[in-house]
Amino acid sequence: MKKLFSFAMGAAVIGTALAPSANAWWWGKKGSEKASITVYTALEDDQIPNYLKSFERDYPNIEVNIVRDSTGIVTAKLLAEAENPQADVVWGLAASSLLVANDRGLIQGYAPKGLSNVKPSFRDPAKKPSWVGIDSWISAFCVNKIEAQKNGLSIPKSWADLTKPEYKGHIVMSNPASSGTGYLSVASRLQNLPSEEDGWNYLDALHENIAQYMHSGSKPCKAAGKGEYPIGVSFGYRAVKQVNMGQPIEAVFPKEGSGWDVEANALIKKDKIKPAAKTFLDWAISPEVSREYAKSFAITAVETDVPLPKGFPSNPEKQLAKNDLQWAAVNRERILAEWAKRYDGKSAPK
Amino acid sequence: MYFKKNFNKSFNILLLRILIIFVFILVSFFIIIPLLPLFLKSFSDNKNNFIGLENFINYIQNPSLTQSFINSLKVAITTTFFSVLIGFIYAYALTRTRLPLKKFFNTFSLFSLYIPPLAVAIGLIYIFGKQGLITQGFFGTIPGFDINLYGFNGIIIGEIFYCFPQALIILVSALNLSDQRLYEAAESLKASPLRKFLTITLPNIKYGLMNSFFICFILSFTDFGVPKVVGGNFNVLATDIYKQVVGQQNFAMGATISIYLLVPSILAFLIDKNFQKNEASLISGKSIPFKPRKNLIVDSIMFIFCSLILILVIGVFSSIVLASLIKIWPYDISLSLQNFRFSNVAGNGYEPYFNTVFMSIYTAIFGTIFVFFTAYLVEKFKPLKKIRMLIYFFSTLPIAIPGLVLGLSYILFFNKPSFSVPFLDFQIFNPFSLLYGTMGILVLANIIHFFTVCFISATTTLKQIDKEFEEVSESLKVPFYKTFLRITIPLSLPTILEIGSYYFVNSMITVSAIIFLYPAKIPVSSVSIVNMDDAGDTASAAAMSTLIVLTSLFVRLIYEFTSRNVSKKSSVWINPLET
Repeated sequence: MKKLFSFAMGAAVIGTALAPSANAWWWGKKGSEKASITVYTALEDDQIPNYLKSFERDYPNIEVNIVRDSTGIVTAKLLAEAENPQADVVWGLAASSLLVANDRGLIQGYAPKGLSNVKPSFRDPAKKPSWVGIDSWISAFCVNKIEAQKNGLSIPKSWADLTKPEYKGHIVMSNPASSGTGYLSVASRLQNLPSEEDGWNYLDALHENIAQYMHSGSKPCKAAGKGEYPIGVSFGYRAVKQVNMGQPIEAVFPKEGSGWDVEANALIKKDKIKPAAKTFLDWAISPEVSREYAKSFAITAVETDVPLPKGFPSNPEKQLAKNDLQWAAVNRERILAEWAKRYDGKSAPK
Repeated sequence: MYFKKNFNKSFNILLLRILIIFVFILVSFFIIIPLLPLFLKSFSDNKNNFIGLENFINYIQNPSLTQSFINSLKVAITTTFFSVLIGFIYAYALTRTRLPLKKFFNTFSLFSLYIPPLAVAIGLIYIFGKQGLITQGFFGTIPGFDINLYGFNGIIIGEIFYCFPQALIILVSALNLSDQRLYEAAESLKASPLRKFLTITLPNIKYGLMNSFFICFILSFTDFGVPKVVGGNFNVLATDIYKQVVGQQNFAMGATISIYLLVPSILAFLIDKNFQKNEASLISGKSIPFKPRKNLIVDSIMFIFCSLILILVIGVFSSIVLASLIKIWPYDISLSLQNFRFSNVAGNGYEPYFNTVFMSIYTAIFGTIFVFFTAYLVEKFKPLKKIRMLIYFFSTLPIAIPGLVLGLSYILFFNKPSFSVPFLDFQIFNPFSLLYGTMGILVLANIIHFFTVCFISATTTLKQIDKEFEEVSESLKVPFYKTFLRITIPLSLPTILEIGSYYFVNSMITVSAIIFLYPAKIPVSSVSIVNMDDAGDTASAAAMSTLIVLTSLFVRLIYEFTSRNVSKKSSVWINPLET
């Protein structure tokens, strides 16, 4: 019996040892002369190829493997892979997520070339910053003009407007428990009213009008674009993009200021840090690619001469509400627990 | 002569024992051991400190989370009831009546399974959403009707789409194997049709029926795709896991909820296990296949019923196709094919599509071999009873593991370069870690993710084949593998092909397990559908879904063709649909 067991064990080991080589064959790994790095990113799919053009031109010997997903998935993946990190570099992930990853010791501080060009509020102040920003994304409302008119709604201009009784059941918003965009709106409200208590009172009133808390940051705007709901609380890039796609959307940047977060880069801590990873991080804040960022984002970490993309407010920096990223990160768990207690428990259908 | 007989027999048994242990090791490493890190997580905080039951207590004390538990139960019970009912009637029509256009209905029976859940949701939104065709009464031409899609109603419709074909597969294989002689006997005793149904048909398929309850319950209890898209504010356990893990990176609470999710599944398993104790074989070496007779009333009712189901499914599919062709629903309804180019959206063009096709082919081939062989060893032999029981138990577990949880536990396990041995300063190399980042891990995740339905489908079929075949072979000194190749496989061929095509279509549409696992170099289309939809390119997402559905349909047609040719060569009673 014992012998038999060890035989079976042996067979299992051989079997599994053969499996991966068979896999290599299936996949046909090629091009090993090139240095290759794996980049995790939450930037939008349609932006990435444009950004990468200048990198591919300047560094033809570095192969970049992009893994793109939503902020939450990329962050979860980073944390789950902590023991054996697969990514070399994180590019354009919410700073609040990178703060979490840094807290778990997954990030190696690195000062990329040209760091001095990055505005101070867009980077970790440490000498070797754990994260360096590239742009900022801000909350905005997507209002469907056709549906608003059908329902006799005026276009809301401010956060305060959203609590008016006329909007009851017409607003959708990202769920802060599953979406970074949802959280930045909530965190911003809590920081920008006289007290946090007032912030919660505001959210109570807003809750009365909310038809649905949706799972992703862009969903509310998409729902508004399709006329499912007239008003979606989402983020600026999304709103502007849908306007430019020809949807009957008005992008509203609320009067009191928008919540915001920074999309940032980081170097992943691992035994062997590839030089190509640092090259990539240097490039990712270069003036040339920053000009590309500036074509989609109103606010970039490195100042550029690119004119403001169509649809954004003329002075975007002014649009930013007061926001302490560190505060938002530290208090996240507490805020979400309170939020869930107040609004999530009630979400059974009526 | 005497020596030879003895040698044969002991060699036979030795080989069997080795194989059973080998399979046991494989299922342990692929199913159970990857779950261990997850279990540990549920007893620790996010910094990996052991905190005992704290997470579980926090969970129970949180009213919004316990509400999700109740919601999940409601969804599961409602879905199970309707899915099994629809699945049963449809399966009955296919196997026991002279349904007109039977081949057509058979080919399209799994149609709703070919549609990625996200695409089902897109389709449902186009039909029943606030701007949907029915809600708005076809652009205002007839009075509109709002079913309140977002929430419980939407989840139930979506889940039935997903679950009824699963019940159908099991019930078709249960109903397929029957003995004409029983019905003939009943006839000569002048039994009424109702009596025949209650005393022959139902008892014969009670095992399959029970299994389909079990499968539908657990699938709808753990599913994540449908509630994510049309769930609105109706929270269920699976979306809670998503919120904890993806939204808040709270792995510990995600793991805790996963364990709560496992509890009803294990209960269902125990009930199921208890139920099948008394199961006897239905098909003996002497059985004669059932031949349905014409019955105008029954046949036409069945025809109407099956047509209605198919019309609904095709309606949803058509709205997806429409979505892929229309520029901006509902404001600019001009048509274009530009959405099928994918070059601007996912950045990868058709690459994800072909990766997915290859992944699904590998999954179908390796998965079918593995699952059928496992079921065969568990079901047909006497040695190592306890180990076989464990294999059975392990094989029924994957269905209770939501894809997201499976994906996460696979990352935690397969991305570990080595294990440290407790109390010793010693590391063991983890040979499975070589799989990480390859196509292999995706194939493996798919094989395990869909293992249970295939396994149960295989055991249901095997159980109905009389053990007499094995016993006779043994006394004739035929080694078991010959019996396996010459009798078991040909008799089970329809089920084997069914399993293969089930693996294929499910791998084509799956998202939840592989969204964490897919390697940088191997983008897959179901994930790119999610990304395109997230980026607002609904039309491109619908276009990719259309391609996936057409591919699965194509494979299904190949399956129909092969199974027809193959079964002609084997045995007449395998496929009563032929008669």
